This record gives sequence, C-alpha cells and structure tokens, in this order.
Amino acid sequence: MKLETLIAVNRFGLGGSINTGGTNGDVADASRDARGWLMSQLKPQKLHPGLAALPASSSGLKEFRRFVAKVGIGRAGGNDAMKAGAEGGSAAKGVEGLFREHFGPILGKEYGARLASAVESTSPFHERLVWFWSNHFTVSTTKPTVAGVVGAFEREAIRPHVTGKFVDMLLAAALHPTMILYLDNNMSIAPGTARPATGLAARANLPRPTGLNENLAREILELHTLGVDGGYTQSDVTTFARALTGWTVGGLLDTGTRFDAKHHESGAKTLLGKTYADAGEKQAESILRDLAAHPSTANFIATKLARHFIADIPPPAAVERLAKTYRESDGDLARVYAALIDSPEAWHLPLAKVKQPNELVVSTLRTVGARARTLPYESAIKALGTMGQSAFSAPSPKGWPDAADAWLGPDGLWKRIEWANAMAQRYGNGIDIVALAESTYGAALGDITRQTLARAESREQALALWLASPEFQRR
Amino acid sequence: MTTRRDVIRTFGLSALGLTFGGLPGLGLAAPAAGDKRFVFVFLRGGMDGLAAVPAHGDPQFAAKRGALAGHPPGAEKGALKLDGMFALNPLLPGMHRMYEAKELLVVHAIATPYRERSHFDAQDLLENGTARAQGRDSGWLNHALGSRKGIEAIALGTTVPLVARGPHAVNAWSPSVLPAPSADTLDRLTRMYQGDPLLESALKRAREANAQVAGDTMGAQGAGQAVALARAAGTFLAKADGPRIATIDFGGWDSHTTQTGEYAALTRNFRQLDAALAALKSALGPAWAHTVVAIVTEFGRTVAPNGSGGTDHGTASAAFLAGGAVNGGRVIADWPGLADSALHERRDLMPTTDMRALFKGVLIGHLGMAESDVETKLFPDSRAVKPLERLLRS
Repeated sequence: MKLETLIAVNRFGLGGSINTGGTNGDVADASRDARGWLMSQLKPQKLHPGLAALPASSSGLKEFRRFVAKVGIGRAGGNDAMKAGAEGGSAAKGVEGLFREHFGPILGKEYGARLASAVESTSPFHERLVWFWSNHFTVSTTKPTVAGVVGAFEREAIRPHVTGKFVDMLLAAALHPTMILYLDNNMSIAPGTARPATGLAARANLPRPTGLNENLAREILELHTLGVDGGYTQSDVTTFARALTGWTVGGLLDTGTRFDAKHHESGAKTLLGKTYADAGEKQAESILRDLAAHPSTANFIATKLARHFIADIPPPAAVERLAKTYRESDGDLARVYAALIDSPEAWHLPLAKVKQPNELVVSTLRTVGARARTLPYESAIKALGTMGQSAFSAPSPKGWPDAADAWLGPDGLWKRIEWANAMAQRYGNGIDIVALAESTYGAALGDITRQTLARAESREQALALWLASPEFQRR
Repeated sequence: MTTRRDVIRTFGLSALGLTFGGLPGLGLAAPAAGDKRFVFVFLRGGMDGLAAVPAHGDPQFAAKRGALAGHPPGAEKGALKLDGMFALNPLLPGMHRMYEAKELLVVHAIATPYRERSHFDAQDLLENGTARAQGRDSGWLNHALGSRKGIEAIALGTTVPLVARGPHAVNAWSPSVLPAPSADTLDRLTRMYQGDPLLESALKRAREANAQVAGDTMGAQGAGQAVALARAAGTFLAKADGPRIATIDFGGWDSHTTQTGEYAALTRNFRQLDAALAALKSALGPAWAHTVVAIVTEFGRTVAPNGSGGTDHGTASAAFLAGGAVNGGRVIADWPGLADSALHERRDLMPTTDMRALFKGVLIGHLGMAESDVETKLFPDSRAVKPLERLLRS
C-alpha cells in the first residue's frame, strides 16, 4: 500500500478495515485519493443510529434526580451531595455501589454506541475529531451529577460544531448544562445575592451557593481557550467568574441551562485589558467570543491539533501554519483541518504517535470487524477500563494526555497485550494475518514484524502478535 | 480472607469507568537494594491542608474558615489533637494513632515553588523537580534511581506518573480482568520488540512484575481503589527481592463545592486515605519499620470557603510522612498565621516550607542519597533549599 494511504487511514482515521464490501472501505477509498478522502469528511455527518437513539440532555438531566429518589438519601442533594461513595468502600454496597447499579446500564449504552459509531464510521477522520474535541472540552463521570448527560454533551455541544467555527463550539460547550454542573457554575453566584430556597428547591434541600466559585472560569481560560501560559492573571479568573454568575441549570438541576439574572453580578468588568459593559447574560457571551478570537487561543488549539496528528512534540512550523489559518479564518475549524492535511510534516514515517487505548480498541475492532457477526463492545468497554481510559471518565478537566510516555508504561503495555491476545483468541482463526498487516500497514511494516507474523505457531497467535506489534500500536 | 478473584471483581466494576466521586487512579514505581522503603503518595487535585490539619489554636482560624472550621479537639466530633496549635481531621483516626505512636510527622504551610493556581502546572512542577512547570519531561524520583544504584521502583496503576518517568526503567502494575497471554506468545513479542526500546523495556518490566505477584492474594477487601493499590504497594515492597520505591496516585481532592458532610468527596477521600495507610502498613509487615511514606498534594486551597461550601485553588497545604522509620509525633510548621496580611495574596495560606526541603530530607536521610546529587540532579538549582532535618528515627 502507498504510504499516504497508510497515513490517511491510520494517523488521520481510526484504522483500516479490509472489508471493502462492507461499511468500512477506508483503505480502498483512501488509496484512490488520500487527501481528497480526508477533505470529503470536513462537513457535518449523520449521527450513528445507536447514538441517535440515546437520550438528550433534557431527559438525561432527570436521571440523577431519579437516582437520588431511588436511593432515598435524606439530603436530596444537588451538585455534590451525592459525590459520596461515602463509606470509603467498607460497606458491601454503599452509595457508590448503588450509583454503579443505577448508572452502569445507562453509561454502558453510551459507551457501546460511541464505540460502534467509531468502529462502523465511514468518516473516521471526522469521528477522530469528535473525540479530539470531546477531550478538549472534557466532562467526566467523576462528577456523579453529570453521569446521565456526558454522552448528550458530546452529541449536543461537540458534534454539531466539529467542522464549524470554534467560537460556536466554545459557546455550546461552556454553557451546556453538563459543563455548568461539571465545573460548578451552578454553585457560583454574585456575592450578596443568596436567598433562602423556596418551593421545590426548598423541599429538595439543595445545597445553596453563597458567592463565587472560580472553577468554570479558570478552566475555560486555562484548558479551553488561552492555555495556561496564554497571558491571564488570577484577577482575570475572578473577574470572569463574576461575569459567569447567573449561568446555571434550572429546576432541581434537571431542566437545562438558564440565565438567572437575580444571581448575576451586574456592572462593567475589565478582563484581559478590555472593559465589558453591563449586559446581563450577554456579558459572558461577549467575553467567550473574544477568548475564541484571542491569538493565544489560536496558538493553543494549533498546538494541540499538531500534537494529536503529527507528533508528541509538534513541529513549530506546523503549529504556526495552523495558528495562522485559525487567526485568518476567524477560527474556522474546517480550514484549520485543511491546513493540517496540507502539512507535509503529517505525511512522513516513522509512525510518531502511540495510539491511546481508545484508539487501539477502535482500530482493533475495525480490523477484525469484517469477521464478526456482533462486535464484542462489552469486552471492549471492560478492557478500556483496565487500560485506564473509559469514555467520559477522565480524572480531571484537562482530559486524557496525548503523549506516548503517559500511556506506554509497563502496566499500560501489559493490558494492551492482554487485549490483543483476547481478541486473537476470538477472531484469529481464518484471518490471513500477513495479508491483513500488509494491506493496512504495508508501507510501515518492519522486517522483524513480518518475520514474526510469518513464523507464528497459529493464526490466533499471529493475530495477537500483530495487534501487539510496534507498528499496530502506533499511527 | 481476600483472594485475587475479589480484586478482579472490584476492578471489574471500576472497569465500567464509573469512578464514582473521582476514584483515584493509582500509580507507583520502584525496585531497590537494602531495607529502606519509600512510598510516594500524590493526592491530586489540591488537598485542603486546613481541612486535613486544622489550626484550631490560631485565633483567626474559626472566623476565617467559617462553616468549614469543624470542631476543636475535645468538642463533640472534634478534631484529633496533635499539639497546642494543630489537630487532625476526625476522619483520620488511624493516622492519629500513628502520630501517637510517633510514626506520623506533619508538615504544615508547605508548598512547591509554584505560585500560580493551575492544577496541571502545579503537579508537573512538583513531579519534575525543577522550579518550573514543564521544566523537564522526567521526574525527580526517576532521577533518584540513577543516584542510588540497585534501587528499583514500581508505579501502582496503569500509567507511570511523571515523578517516576525518565531515563531509568520503572515498573508498573495494576490488577487484570483478562487472562495473561502464553509464555510463548510473550517470548515472541519480546523478540519482536527488539529495536523498539520503549516497548521492549515496558514488556520486560511488566513480565517481572507479573512474575512477582503470580499466585499472590492482594486483597481489596471491598475498599476503594486507593486502598487496593496501597495494599498492592505494600505487598511488592515487602518482598525481599522486590522494589524499594513505590508511587501511588490518589486523585479527586479538588473540593470546589460542599466539602464537608457525609456525602462530600473530601469526606470519602479522608476515609480512604486513612484506610489506605493502614492497608499499606499491614501489607508491609515487618518492613514497615524501614519505611517512609510521603503524602503530598500540588497546592492547598483558599483559607475562606467559596460561595458553594467548598474552597478554590490556593497555595500552601499540609504534607505527611508516615512509617516506622519516621521521627514522628510532631508537627513541623513555621506557622505564618491566618490574618489577612499574613495570607498569600490575601487569600491563601502562606508557604513557609519548600516541599523540596521535605523530599530532600527523606532522600538523603532515609535513602542515603548524596546531597550533591539531590540538589543538582533531582532538584536542579536547589542548593539554597536546605533539607529538613531530623525527619527520621535515628
């Protein structure tokens, strides 16, 4: 196979399938015109039916309340009240066990559909970009109140904007109810505006905020827009937090984002040297728009994209090219991706990127998928858990690391080998492994790997060796 | 009695990704020579040092902390007295017993040289050993392996934390849910990985670790992940030919909202920390006498509660040394006080002890490292930061 086919399919896409007669014809499509195949994916894509069947946030937001009612915890907690797991695990099934029991099936459906969408995708570059942005705007089930709406967040705030303007994704993500809950903005109000709860809220005994909480403001500046060295101060964080007051989630935190003017800190605010007039809900929006247009944001996003698609330490020339495109196009992401596709640095060997566990699992299933009547999504979800990368469960708002040394320690590799071995036991029989390797990674295949595959004692073993090979672990 | 099967069951649940309330992802590292053991426990997220070690003796404490002050020693549900100034959070009774047995040392108003408030830069700087975030892409504990030959390290968890990453190979281990591949397949992989140093070294280490725990029963006993990994760390370090340094990552300390009460994440974390330390001690057995456990976090939190019953990112916090080798039963603190004018930027506990001084004291006094290595290779350009003394039982 041609090198550029390999790069398009594996580095930009999610791995090839030899099943050209089925839904995954990547290798065939990319071999005709690798760049054209990638460019053709820079437009909105139809939602996978499995994802389309899952609940919207308007419905998913009710789930936490349902859980609280079922468990019958006296304090019908709001944002963090249920963050318990209270007994440190000493009880056989404390709140934590009940939480898993309730949300396990819900999240299992989300994880399964998300994997299926990637494994079966005919626009895998687009799908990879969804995952990239979902990680950029991380929300995580480490915050129990959002466990019912992490998947909806990706569908509602990320997917519609992946090939649009960054500013639109920023507005959608930062003010999505999942993000507001995840980063505590529902618990941040203008100091002095606290009122006793009334009605439903009083009966539910929700924790009541009494003043500012900086969490969302800080992470938008540090992780979503300017980057930690992007030139903001503690004072900017606090001022932005003040501008964001009032943006909350309605009802008993279960009816979506709303702007509550009573709890908004009114007045003009000066942030990053610019003064924003008193404008109610529009004030935070104006700030977000300026943050999206800030040159530090252009640089931060260009760096992350180049790191993801080119190398852990991205080449400065490529970063600057992407940043320039971002600045000149007003953050038009499709044009930034086009500049990425046009970057010569992305089209060379060696395979510089180690696959993250979720990429490894998806590319494995795409590779063996042609032979499977039903794909083992349940096993894949469990394996991803042991590899430390369950969907929507990143340990912090920074999301998953995008560099080899974070993932390929001894235990990380061991879990990958176990996964390769398990999939090989299941699918190895009947696959011509050498042909599979040649057809999807041929231009990068090393002699040692070729020989190792050719000399394997069985097809099962050959498939295990291929899936664990230095080449297949990378892209 | 807990079996390996229980471990698998426990981790099978967390394999669903339901890390309720921020279950810790753990990471350890280390093999070593001699008897001395060192465990590095990183409480990621910014532990509230004034919640862990309240300064009830400070005249400003109750007013400044407001609803988060808790109760002083002697009161109902009161904190556990350490000395005239400080107490331990009542959720840490096991650690308090260690303190009374002089096996726990508390250091307060401690921080790295970092003075901004990003978790990720703060963690990076604490781990890389330089005084700068992204100062280098390796960690001081890894460089310690070059300074003290014959010591090995193991990270408990799937990923090796930055503090243990670098030029020297470090092992890692966490429980599995899938069967191990055959020895023949592993041998072939080992040969295929020749010429790929990253994979070759990682597989060699993984095979060693799995050989060491084969047939072992490392129990979780229904406890949280931190407890399970602490127990695993103790089991590795207890072995005569095992590693001598371990790292454990314990996340979820970012208490921006309601941080007190039965259902608060911080409540759960304190309980887990207390139980994890007990599990580590139990698994170490007689080796506990030769062990130092350092428990640290990247920064403290605001002195005053924020608008949601929690605390925002701050500066100085508390740290702990535990273990039979520790000269404990004391609180080391050059206490800056809590008056507004004494606070860092009028909001955070002012740092008066450099975290590197604590690490240096342990590395030199316990692990026998040369001071010159410690102040140049592990913590570059840190000569001015003097090691804390008398940290260890003589």
